[in-house]
Amino acid sequence: MDAKFWLLQAFNGISYGALLFLLGSGLSLIFGVMRIVNLAHGSYFLLGSYVALTVIWTAGSWLLAIPVAALAIAAVGLLMERVFLRAVGSDPLRQVLLTFGFALLFQQAALDIWGGNNLEINPPAMLTRSLVVVGLYLPVYRIFMLALALAIGLALWLTLDRTRAGARVRATVDDAQMARGVGIDTSRVSTLIFALGALLAGLGGVIGGAFLGVYPGLDFDILPLAFAVVIIGGMGSLGGAAIGAVMVGLADNFGKVLFPQISYFTLYAPLVLLLAAKPTGLFGRE
Amino acid sequence: MTGVSRQGRVLAALALLLAVAVVTPHTTPFLLLLVTRILILAILAMSLDLLLGFTGIASLGHAAFLGLGAYLTAILAVRYEFGLGWDFGLVILFGSVLGAATSAVFGLFAMRASGVYFLMITLALSQCVWGLAYRWDTLTGGDNGLNLPGRPVLGPIQLSNDTAYFYVVFAFFAVSLLALYVLVESPFGKSLVGIREHEVRMRILGYNTWLHKYIAFIVSGAFGGLAGVLWAQVSGQVSPDNVTLTTSVDALLMVVLGGPGTLLGGVLGAGIVLFLREYLSTLVPWWQYVLGGMYVLTIFYLPDGVLGTLRRRLRKARITPTVDARPRPRRGQELEINGGGIE
Repeated sequence: MDAKFWLLQAFNGISYGALLFLLGSGLSLIFGVMRIVNLAHGSYFLLGSYVALTVIWTAGSWLLAIPVAALAIAAVGLLMERVFLRAVGSDPLRQVLLTFGFALLFQQAALDIWGGNNLEINPPAMLTRSLVVVGLYLPVYRIFMLALALAIGLALWLTLDRTRAGARVRATVDDAQMARGVGIDTSRVSTLIFALGALLAGLGGVIGGAFLGVYPGLDFDILPLAFAVVIIGGMGSLGGAAIGAVMVGLADNFGKVLFPQISYFTLYAPLVLLLAAKPTGLFGRE
Repeated sequence: MTGVSRQGRVLAALALLLAVAVVTPHTTPFLLLLVTRILILAILAMSLDLLLGFTGIASLGHAAFLGLGAYLTAILAVRYEFGLGWDFGLVILFGSVLGAATSAVFGLFAMRASGVYFLMITLALSQCVWGLAYRWDTLTGGDNGLNLPGRPVLGPIQLSNDTAYFYVVFAFFAVSLLALYVLVESPFGKSLVGIREHEVRMRILGYNTWLHKYIAFIVSGAFGGLAGVLWAQVSGQVSPDNVTLTTSVDALLMVVLGGPGTLLGGVLGAGIVLFLREYLSTLVPWWQYVLGGMYVLTIFYLPDGVLGTLRRRLRKARITPTVDARPRPRRGQELEINGGGIE
């Protein structure tokens, strides 16, 4: 185990974290703005993969699949928020059960439409090569994932931090009642953020489909990891989600390589300690 | 207290359960096994109801206790050939103790959070157990899980006979129901309800609410472990699936669908959920639409669950005509009872 090994594993962990950021940042924003625990978030990821596959099969374009899948999932999230979540109120238990019911419905629908086989999204050949950097073979696709997550993270941060719309969102996160008092349409902010979160998850599904595969059950496999990201970073914090994603990616990767037998335990046990010490996460505010 | 008197309700429940015990062995083998499973998960659901319905705290990780009991049974049986005879009684004891001990540790962490953060921390705790079950394959068999060598033989009684095992499960179910009923009807149980209704007030009255909740959490874990031991032997197999988020959320639905704070609602909920998962799934490929729809409909149309709604209806029907005739001193009495609690 020389320096190369550590560098390569760190690269793998961080690039996996990039994927988790796409999934976790949306979940975190949704929680921050609306205090909703969304157990259907993993389903958005899986549905994103499947929609992308359909686009690739019919139109033959991977590039086209990215926006189509992301927008389709945003529409699903928008409908779910407007029609159902809005009506259910603020009790977290009821939100959990409702969104889990939707996760089951989505899972069955995906099974009916796309079947139960393990599928894979094949990105263009340009992205499947490897680059050799200081003697390390780095898959281009992982570099692409990192770059994409960085770009999206930056865009999100600039929007939230520098624009009027972003200020409205931040105000809603901090104090929804006060925000309403000064004339911000928090209801619209909520809907848009929920759709944005779904969009990011769907996008993650397209990107992750080449990496994790696409199969029934991926939704519930990936969901606890998304929550791990959100828990570490603090719900509602974008920077927190980024740090949480990298930490979960690294912990997952190094855990599997160094002590495979207890690798998930080493991922979730620190979460418990963190939650017990600071329930709102590293960067969350209550 | 309510429209239907307490004795009436207890008698009706007893008669119903007795009927289940008598009738089930004479139905089909499939139904016998299904009811056995329902009774086991009913123990899990009732243990969760103690937290959710009576104490007012929702755990998103109750599958951990089921998994601990089940894996303990499987590991003892497969790796140490323990628990295949009369020592199965010890396994049941160990399973409950393991559930209680683990929840005693988990509780120390989980009780620091509340509301949505309690959901998160219990989820993380159960994921720890799942992670070990899934990855520690030299002990747990990893993704494949463990296949048990067969149910225990107790002298002349072979529990591999489904009817015999049904009676064993029914006995443990009845004991669990009785124990939990006694617990929730005790002063301790009443304090739990007080915490559910208004924790701050209970604290002001001098109750150690943290300790009350902690003890409820431990008791709940013990019954969860018991259910796990029985579950391992009914399916003859344990796997990481027993410890997933899905199992935890299913347990929550059982309680909410049946009626939180009713104990027996958990039995009803377990019956409905398992009927869909194990029976409907053999009939139609689209059964999961029904289960998912059940989640959505329960939330919108049965916020108090089946039994809770029934109880409210009955209460309304009985009380409405007598509201004006109700003697005034009743209020005074209630005040006195409350006053007694302060001491």
